[in-house]
Amino acid sequence: MTDPIRDDIRRVLAEHARLPADVQSIPDAADLFAAGMTSHASVNVMLALEDTFDVEFPDAMLKRSVFESVDSIAVALQQIKVSPE
Amino acid sequence: MTVEVDADQAFRASIRRIADDVARAHADGVDREARFPTEAVGALREARALSALVPEEFGGGGVSLEAVARACHDLGRACAATGMIFAMHQIQVATIVRHLDGSPWFQDYLGELCRDQRLIASVTSEVGTGGDMSRSIAAVTPAGDGELTLEKNAPTVSYGAHSDDLLTTVRRAPEAEASDQVMVLHRASQTELEPAGTWDTIGMRGTCSPGFLVRARFSADQVLAAPFSKMMNESIVPLSHILWSHVWLGVATDAFERGRSFVRASARRTPGAPVPAAHALSRVMAELSMFRSDVASALADFRAWSDAPDREPLSTMVSVLRFNNLKLAASEHAPRICSGVLEVVGIMAYKNDSPYGVGRHMRDALSARLMVANERIHAIDASLLMIAKEV
Repeated sequence: MTDPIRDDIRRVLAEHARLPADVQSIPDAADLFAAGMTSHASVNVMLALEDTFDVEFPDAMLKRSVFESVDSIAVALQQIKVSPE
Repeated sequence: MTVEVDADQAFRASIRRIADDVARAHADGVDREARFPTEAVGALREARALSALVPEEFGGGGVSLEAVARACHDLGRACAATGMIFAMHQIQVATIVRHLDGSPWFQDYLGELCRDQRLIASVTSEVGTGGDMSRSIAAVTPAGDGELTLEKNAPTVSYGAHSDDLLTTVRRAPEAEASDQVMVLHRASQTELEPAGTWDTIGMRGTCSPGFLVRARFSADQVLAAPFSKMMNESIVPLSHILWSHVWLGVATDAFERGRSFVRASARRTPGAPVPAAHALSRVMAELSMFRSDVASALADFRAWSDAPDREPLSTMVSVLRFNNLKLAASEHAPRICSGVLEVVGIMAYKNDSPYGVGRHMRDALSARLMVANERIHAIDASLLMIAKEV
């Protein structure tokens, strides 16, 4: 269960996603927007993820589906790390 | 290919005729009395223009979005309220056509829309959300007998009292989060509209958009299954900004044409003499040209992005910024072009009963600042520009 990327993602979400529920209680695949993340909060999440992981999301990745769950964020981060622009 | 071009040409010719013969003739009266443009909308129904965007397989006109956008411009040029009502209706139709996902109920509905030329209003804004379309307070609520209900306090519902059906944004269920939204299409006969306010406005008076407490009772089939956020990104927001901008471009174009008629009349009176007003009008024309290019390129971008697999580019933040910026530009250009004409023409443009009058145009063009308030759009853009890489 120890996954450092997902742990870091959860830390960013806890600080910036402003979810009504506890981030730790939300499953990896659950829809964060349905859980109450606003589009405004999602921008702050993106900025904090860029800072935390020292990456830049290309424009094509700046969309709802990329940031809708802990899993989708982890996949996106791995893609950027594997093939940086 | 030729068939599509033919459908577009016939459609545009009938729209131009309606704009010139019907909408223009009643524009001043519609504005003065703040009344629904019954004659123009009646003529649009008769020409089957309300189903123009519906594919032919459902009985619609199969007309292209480009032709419908030009129609919004042509109608807006004659009567801004008619143009705006037409634009809003087409946004609703396009949303259903693009997101029905094979739903039998909505397919049947489209057939009915074509047959009866039904006019669809939308209930998106809500008291208490601060103008944020991506959040709702009202929710789809089970009535207990298998049917569903909703009750929404809407600050403006354009032509709500004149519509046949309403497309309303609500939360998916009573326990859903504010951002977990769906759209419901309910018929006027399933709806109770309790008036909550008046519509005595500066401009766009004929859109008849007072507030209502909206109550409706409907079946589960009438809920569009696609997530609202997807419909908002791929259709509602970009199409609203594009089609509204075509209406405002039409308003500005008509104001400019009035200025040009005035300048030409002056030039004819004293041939050969310098016409300082023409120089001043040339500046207005340059801005109109810029405005027209911006509107056209936004439509071309939308077409290209919409044709991409899964309409993928439309779901990015770059797309949100693109169409937000179009709306902001339109809201600056349209009133400035109208006031530019006022300065060129002078008192004859200031008079309401003059053929060169642009008072109605100026008032109608101001709606561009408020239809999604510029400040709200700047607030969204301000956060997006920090993360988007290319704008």
